[in-house]
Amino acid sequence: CTSTAMTEREERRFAEVPRESIKLMAESSGVELSEEVAALLAEDVCYRLREATQNSSQFMRHAKRRKLSVEDLNRALRWSNTETICGYGAQDALPFRPLKEGELFFVEDREINLVELALATNIPKGCAETMVRVHVSYLDGKGNLEPQGTVPTAVQSLSEDLLKYYQQITRAILGEDPHLMKVALLDLQSNSKIAALLPYFVYVISGVKSVSHDLDQLNRLLHMVKSLVQNPYLYLGSYVRSLVSSVMYCILEPLAASINPLNDHWTLRDYAALLLSHIFWTHGDLVSGLYHQILLSLQKVLSDPVRPLCSHYGAVVGLHALGWKAVERVLYPHLPAYWANLQAVLDDYSVSNAQVKADGHKVYGAILVAVERLLKMKALSLTLAAEGSGAGLPGTTTGAVSFRENSPGLSPPPEPLSEPPLGIASHLQAGGAGCPWEEWTPVSLPAMYCELYSFFGDSLAVRFSTGLPLGGVPPPGPCQPLEGRKEPASSAPNLENTRKMPQLTASMNISPRQDGSPRMEPQPPSLAATVPGRSLARSSSSSVSRSRSSSSRPGRSTSQSRDIFPKARFPLPQAGPPAFSFIIGGRQMGRRCQGRRFQTSFSPTPPLTTHPPRAYAHKLPVIGRVSKPVRRWTCSHYSLHLPL
Amino acid sequence: MCLWCRIRQKIPKKKKTYYAAHVMTPLLSAPGKKMAAVQDAPMELDAEKETKPEILSDGTSNLSGNTASGTLSSPPLTAGGAPKQEDQQTLIAVLQFLRRNKLTESVEILRREACLEDQEDSQTLDGSGGGKGDGDGGDANSLLSRVSIASAAAPQSTLTPIPVKNDQPDVSVVLSAYSQQGDPSLYQVYYSSLKNFIESVLDCHRAELSQLFYPLFVHMYLELVYNNHENKAKAFFEKFSGDQECYYQDDLRILCGLTKKEHLKGNEALLDFRTSRFVLRISRDSYQLLKRHLQERHNNQIWNIIQEHLYIDIFDGMPRSKSQIDSMSGSFAGETRREVNKAKVFYGLLKEPEIEVPLDDEDDEAENEEGKPKKKKTKKDSMGSKSKKQDPNAPQQNRIPLPELKDSDKLDKIMYMKESTKRIRLGPENLPSICFYSFLNAYQGLTAVDFTDDSSLLAGGFADSTVRVWSATPKKLRKVKSAAELNLIDKESDDVLERIMDEKTASESKNLYGHSGPVYGVSFSPDRNYLLSSSEDGTVRLWSLQTFTCLVGYKGHNYPVWDTHFSPFGYYFVSGGHDRVARLWATDHYQPLRIFAGHLADVTCTRFHPNSNYVVTGSTDRTIRLWDVLNGNCVRFFTGHKGPIHSLAFSPNGKFLASGSTDGRVLLWDIGHGLMIGELKGHTDTIYALKFSRDGEILASGSMDNTVRLWDSMKAFDDMETDDFTAATGHIHLPDNSQELLLGMYHSKSTPVTHLHFTRRNLLLAAGAYNSQ
Repeated sequence: CTSTAMTEREERRFAEVPRESIKLMAESSGVELSEEVAALLAEDVCYRLREATQNSSQFMRHAKRRKLSVEDLNRALRWSNTETICGYGAQDALPFRPLKEGELFFVEDREINLVELALATNIPKGCAETMVRVHVSYLDGKGNLEPQGTVPTAVQSLSEDLLKYYQQITRAILGEDPHLMKVALLDLQSNSKIAALLPYFVYVISGVKSVSHDLDQLNRLLHMVKSLVQNPYLYLGSYVRSLVSSVMYCILEPLAASINPLNDHWTLRDYAALLLSHIFWTHGDLVSGLYHQILLSLQKVLSDPVRPLCSHYGAVVGLHALGWKAVERVLYPHLPAYWANLQAVLDDYSVSNAQVKADGHKVYGAILVAVERLLKMKALSLTLAAEGSGAGLPGTTTGAVSFRENSPGLSPPPEPLSEPPLGIASHLQAGGAGCPWEEWTPVSLPAMYCELYSFFGDSLAVRFSTGLPLGGVPPPGPCQPLEGRKEPASSAPNLENTRKMPQLTASMNISPRQDGSPRMEPQPPSLAATVPGRSLARSSSSSVSRSRSSSSRPGRSTSQSRDIFPKARFPLPQAGPPAFSFIIGGRQMGRRCQGRRFQTSFSPTPPLTTHPPRAYAHKLPVIGRVSKPVRRWTCSHYSLHLPL
Repeated sequence: MCLWCRIRQKIPKKKKTYYAAHVMTPLLSAPGKKMAAVQDAPMELDAEKETKPEILSDGTSNLSGNTASGTLSSPPLTAGGAPKQEDQQTLIAVLQFLRRNKLTESVEILRREACLEDQEDSQTLDGSGGGKGDGDGGDANSLLSRVSIASAAAPQSTLTPIPVKNDQPDVSVVLSAYSQQGDPSLYQVYYSSLKNFIESVLDCHRAELSQLFYPLFVHMYLELVYNNHENKAKAFFEKFSGDQECYYQDDLRILCGLTKKEHLKGNEALLDFRTSRFVLRISRDSYQLLKRHLQERHNNQIWNIIQEHLYIDIFDGMPRSKSQIDSMSGSFAGETRREVNKAKVFYGLLKEPEIEVPLDDEDDEAENEEGKPKKKKTKKDSMGSKSKKQDPNAPQQNRIPLPELKDSDKLDKIMYMKESTKRIRLGPENLPSICFYSFLNAYQGLTAVDFTDDSSLLAGGFADSTVRVWSATPKKLRKVKSAAELNLIDKESDDVLERIMDEKTASESKNLYGHSGPVYGVSFSPDRNYLLSSSEDGTVRLWSLQTFTCLVGYKGHNYPVWDTHFSPFGYYFVSGGHDRVARLWATDHYQPLRIFAGHLADVTCTRFHPNSNYVVTGSTDRTIRLWDVLNGNCVRFFTGHKGPIHSLAFSPNGKFLASGSTDGRVLLWDIGHGLMIGELKGHTDTIYALKFSRDGEILASGSMDNTVRLWDSMKAFDDMETDDFTAATGHIHLPDNSQELLLGMYHSKSTPVTHLHFTRRNLLLAAGAYNSQ
């Protein structure tokens, strides 16, 4: 705050600093100046001021402006090796006020509360991207009908109408009336004129962090995300990152709302995960760069034992939402380590642990669902690959045998290369260098199954089979080499490591769309706009998909994977007495006979009846144990063989 | 005048390594080659040389009693273009001073560098001397070689040896320009007596003699200030400043604040004024009248000033009228001397290459690529003689080595010709349509715009140091793939040019980051592969539009670079900045090929002549200079603007030049005759954009006043008086016909017009940043 008294002389029109001011300033910094020195200084200061102003005007002229800015003056000062002045860069002019009593003039410079500024919840004025608009101003020199209408105004600032719309919509969505919310969301989904408001909505949605205690609000915000994502007229551009981060917040964070066990934050996480997958599969081009990042953060959460189980749950459903490849690459390798922790939770029968244990079951269920789909999809992809490469390979049994024998670990056959490389997948490929998954190698399906079975036991098998129609005659007899195969399964990746690298990249080319996605369905039922109707929708969807699955062609599990979420709910609805035979690879290849690579069957065996799978919830601690009894158990009740 | 020390003086001490000392190097005979033979000499000047300019300036200040202070401005610089004798005198005086102070080495260096013949003493060094045997010899040699290169650079040039005056100037007179004085209290008397005299003479002489007021006023005022008569200076100023022409207001504003000798030190503009000679043109009759008056009254003070600081260009014939004088005056250095604009300018266009026979050309190219520039010349000549007759005013085809046409260039030429056939013939009855490219949300401040010739790309320079490139067509901008990816490409395939592009990077615009200050000038290369940008940070940057990365940063100006422009044939470009020089560069040389020095103030805008043999610069000193690229000479010097010049445009046939200034006027110039031929009044604010239509029939001007105006340039050129007398004397009568010439005025809502461009079909594109305030 300077106290410069300035006088302006009419005839010369430039500012002069009188010697009194100089003396005052000198005194304020503790220097006594004689009258003479002050006069000289004053004059010189005046001159230097004028000189600086003069020099700064050329910067203004070349910047093609009419208004001299502080920046111009600072540039002039900098070029004359003078210190620049700070603190005057504000857009608004600083008021210059007189103080009557002391004949003092000063620049009013209020203190700014940075905390307030930082935490301000008002929406910042949008600062849109610089762009160029072309406008035919004058046709044949005649001018337009609107003589001056050369500049479109829409992009400049929000019109009154838009502002009103924004206020109404946000009020409706965040308000109490569910009907109003529905209408608002529907409009948000289809309005073609709200592009200018996108940053504002995104900003509102980013407020998830401040309402983590309020499940309802979170839900509403997620619905807003969904509406924006579904709006075909909106180009999300870089805002999609912000949206994704908001969604990720709902998936992963230990929300304040989850402290109360009565709050169904699980549903919220499910929904957010579904939304995430939706974003990825509808805006894959925009978020391709994020895929890798999100995988990493999910992995980080999963591998952090300190995180609460609900975060882990979020990570699992998030991975699940990102497709079976993500599950295969992140969740599956991580499972053994994680299992120990989960086991401990589930084994603890103490009363105080009840809540945590319930959460653990949730996670267990989510993992189960995820790995099941992983198995299904992997099998499907094998089928497709086999089918695709069937013509190339000698389609005889001997060929198949030799194939199997040559690769005891049963490394996956080459994935179809003809897949259109999508943004996500290609990014994954590109980002592979130096990432923690560099060493990741695909595990063969049987090996994977073995390992998973060792964790989940029958529950896996049961659920695996329910989705698939019965087909083919289960070849009788448990397969003995299973025990022997388990070792190769672990060593196979190393063996195959170098040789199979091309396949690795090829397999990563698979787009997530392939593995059964909400995309396949016109509209995921659980994405319905209403909260109350969700559970209903879900249950119906599961039944629908189930019924559909029975009629659908074998091997096409894409449609069934839709109901993963309902299935993930725990405890599971038991779908009658399970039939324990299934085929990996489906029957499709059977039609062509040629591509029939292998068939795995699982036949009901006595141990199964003694340990009915419906009881697995209670038996979990036992069947989940990775220790030797389990091994034995699996060995006796599990058959996997290739009828060749 | 030695450019070397002038440039040196502009450079702050902390940046010593950057100065570019070689003023003249031969233009590359084979452009397109890698920069192999770049002169590395300039870096070698050692501390001994470094001190020399300081000695010079110290000496000046010792004599004049200045105190040193680190400011933006430089020690006195003199005009290099016109007043050579003055320079010579100054140089000799400096030499004497140095000698007196026993600074013999500096003496030698200065003399050698300035090409001064050794006239007066016994020093054994001559113009080609081998230097002393000590360590300085090498530097001296390099300096020398540079100078000799300079003279050898232009074998066909008309560069004459600098005339050397034989008479010995009085050292004290030159160095202490203002030290001698009459009684300061009598200054007012002197001035008012002259004023009374001029006001009493016949009307026909009064206008001419009134020209004396301004330079005399300034010199007398400065003299008073210089000799510490502060109060008298103030009184003098207040009494007579009102008499000055209104177009000197800006200068007076500077003057009035300047009341101490110390202030003079930092004010380069006034130092220039002091050291350069203000040029007046007065008829012989008027001059005699003045002379007689001053001698009768023994008004020696005034007479001395006239003798020392003014250059009176006397002509025989009728005295000029007030309007004639006003149209030509206004510049900081007075008017143009007649002889300055007499040099021959080859303003004609170069012959278009015959691209219908691509086979021959390719053969030609193949041979040239083997590196035989001489062979190329002969080939070209023979081709030239074969083809249809050449424009008599055009320079020789190979006067300036020009880059070879590439296949893509030929394709582009074919495209150009195809487009040309569809061109709309413009005229007063057929005005162009205007498309306005509005930059929206340009909060960071749009400072410069350029279009490619085919109007496919649009570049904007911004005050936040960024350069942005937009595609003006639906075709998106794509980068070339990375090196690793490029390796995977089948290089034999036909569409390899398409394959090298990375589809993932396709976007409508690209941002180029690299500058550290506002970008004041952008210019596309004619082949659309490069973009130049000049910035406040003192650099010119060359960007690739294939990879959208910066390729080169050309350092040399060290001060804000206000403008840059690519040659119409590519390869060369010119830049001009706050250091008051324009520089000619070749893209593959990190140091300038030419330095055009002469302007008394910042070079604000630069343009290449359509035949690439000339460069025009506009300056804050309100003058325009046309420079010969071949030899670096100033061949045209135009005065008449009353404000800094911010836009320049050549007519497509190369004959005419249009210039726009902060005074809101467009002036038209005939390059061949060196005359002003038109004045277009109408704009109310600075004119930042000028462009001729493709056929030169319409001149479009865009201004800060948010208008685009179209002028009938054909009519303006036709109305020009071309009788011999006018051509000989340069005394033009400008008809006040702006209103007749104005064909249309078009408003934008709130968008200052920053750039104008005619598409190949004569659609006018205008660009500017929408200003919401």
